[in-house]
Amino acid sequence: MTTGAAELSQTSTSRGVALPSARRLLLWTGLAVLIAWVLVPIYLVALGAFGGRLGVFRWPKTIWPTDLSFAAMSQFLAIEGVFNALVNSLIAAGLTVVFSIALGAPAGYALARYTFRGQNAYRLLVLLTRAFPLAILALPLTVSFIRLGLYDTPFGVSLIHTVLALPFAALVTQSLFMGIPREYEEAAWVFGCTRFQAFMKVVLPLALPGLAATAIFAFVISWNEVFAASILTVRERTLTAYLLRILAESPLHYRFAGGFILIIPSVLFIFAVRRYLFAVWGIASK
Amino acid sequence: MADIVIDRVVKEFGSFRALQEISLTVNDGEFVALLGPSGCGKTTLLRIIAGLEAQTSGRVVIGGRDVSDLAPRKRGLAMVFQNYAVFPHMTVFENVAFGLRMQKAPQAEVKRRVERAASLLHIESYLDRYPAKLSGGQRQRVAVARALAVEPAVLLMDEPLSNLDALLRLEMRTELKAVLREAGTTTIYVTHDQTEAMGLADRIAVMYGGKIDQIGSPLDIYATPATRFVGSFIGSPPMNFIKVRCSQGTARIGDAALPCPSAGTEMELGLRGEDAILSPSGSGIPFDVRVVEPMGSHLLLTGSIDGQLARIVAPPTAKVNAGQRVSLDVDPTRVTWIDSTTGRVVARD
Repeated sequence: MTTGAAELSQTSTSRGVALPSARRLLLWTGLAVLIAWVLVPIYLVALGAFGGRLGVFRWPKTIWPTDLSFAAMSQFLAIEGVFNALVNSLIAAGLTVVFSIALGAPAGYALARYTFRGQNAYRLLVLLTRAFPLAILALPLTVSFIRLGLYDTPFGVSLIHTVLALPFAALVTQSLFMGIPREYEEAAWVFGCTRFQAFMKVVLPLALPGLAATAIFAFVISWNEVFAASILTVRERTLTAYLLRILAESPLHYRFAGGFILIIPSVLFIFAVRRYLFAVWGIASK
Repeated sequence: MADIVIDRVVKEFGSFRALQEISLTVNDGEFVALLGPSGCGKTTLLRIIAGLEAQTSGRVVIGGRDVSDLAPRKRGLAMVFQNYAVFPHMTVFENVAFGLRMQKAPQAEVKRRVERAASLLHIESYLDRYPAKLSGGQRQRVAVARALAVEPAVLLMDEPLSNLDALLRLEMRTELKAVLREAGTTTIYVTHDQTEAMGLADRIAVMYGGKIDQIGSPLDIYATPATRFVGSFIGSPPMNFIKVRCSQGTARIGDAALPCPSAGTEMELGLRGEDAILSPSGSGIPFDVRVVEPMGSHLLLTGSIDGQLARIVAPPTAKVNAGQRVSLDVDPTRVTWIDSTTGRVVARD
């Protein structure tokens, strides 16, 4: 921690930013509060998940786990259906990633490279799909899904999740492709590429990090979504939907274990792609 | 072996006519510069030749083959882009080899030709580096090497030097000329920099408002411009234009009389700054000097002739002071006469 702080202050001075000490204090206090805001709840959840049954109810809370055990965790994972739900979640999230990239990236490419009539209306429309409350659609969707045979399948869930992830996929890839100069493609055409070859050889490799970020983003949207997954499935639930049902009837330390398992992918995601997210959002990541 | 024939090419963007019936022939192995101010359509014309933009009407013929409707890759040409467009995810070697790889050339051949192009442009030492680690000048060399490696019949260059600093530009210009002369490629070079065009090109096509105003060798264009625009665009300082009245084949400016064509009465006299000589006798065209700028190799005199702005180049040793009235001797054969209403040059009688 101290070395980290030392490093940080070193880089800030090396960039020539010399803040007065009062503002410096304010900055660090603010940072500390923000970090605590995020980390303390996660830490408490972890404490509950690994502290055992007694640890959950102990008051006052100890800062360090007293009796660390994986008992709650392993028991939780052994609950019937958890493993199946985990697999369903992975399938639904995986399909969501495939669909939202396969449909969103071409849309983003078209928005970035071509001017066509109704371009701005289209861009707005893409976002408007998010304005539709899913609750209104719940009943008609369930009925249609039963008719189509999509009800109670991870595939059906992934379709709805794709609808949720697609606007982001299209708009993020749009800015991604806009950041790749058209001249690169033109150069590839002149030097012997077809349009498709130019895309594969020049645009795709340059867009890959951003596409990966988009993919993981879609994955997390699907992983965390609980409402659609709950109404569209009965037996083949995704992990979030399944946990929502069983945890209501479980002891508290099981709930912590379940919650902790749900947090992990999001945290891993943020660590994996924070560099690309900054780039997408236009913040320089030096 | 490829000549380029551009046959009545028109390009319209909506209702705006960017190119109006351009026709131009570039001979095999010739270096032609398209020169003009920004927005004159020179880059559009180049992109139409490359196939990156579709013409509204007209034909482009390269080496006897009508390529008007072909994709860029089928036209047998190479291009150097203004921002180089060197692929950032490939090493310099792979960049230079890109065109050859697309032609599916055998590995040994690729290696040989990449190394040849690299040595021509002095980039051998960083073939395995990525473009991000290169300076602007080095990237520019990579872009030219990539174009030369495919040994194209036609090379198109779109302001390739405009992103370099002045000193590097001068250096690259000299090298480019030597390299292209050796390669013997038919080249079309777009630039807005007249010194680049004059220094590099066999012929210059001066473009203005979507038309070619004049095509000719650099010296022809400099000495005998076809329009008022060409005279004002080429040369530093630009040509001076003095409004005069012609009657019975003579134009009078102060005490001096110059023979002028009888085509009209409202004429403009086009005079290059260095074609006027300070007259020792004091009998020439009167010139009121307002500012004297010693430029080292010459004196640049700014003042007025008959109340109209003029810039005259004098030898560095000339004794001239600001505020002085001097008189200029002008060789009538080196003067250009322009019709005031059309802006076109009028032939002498």
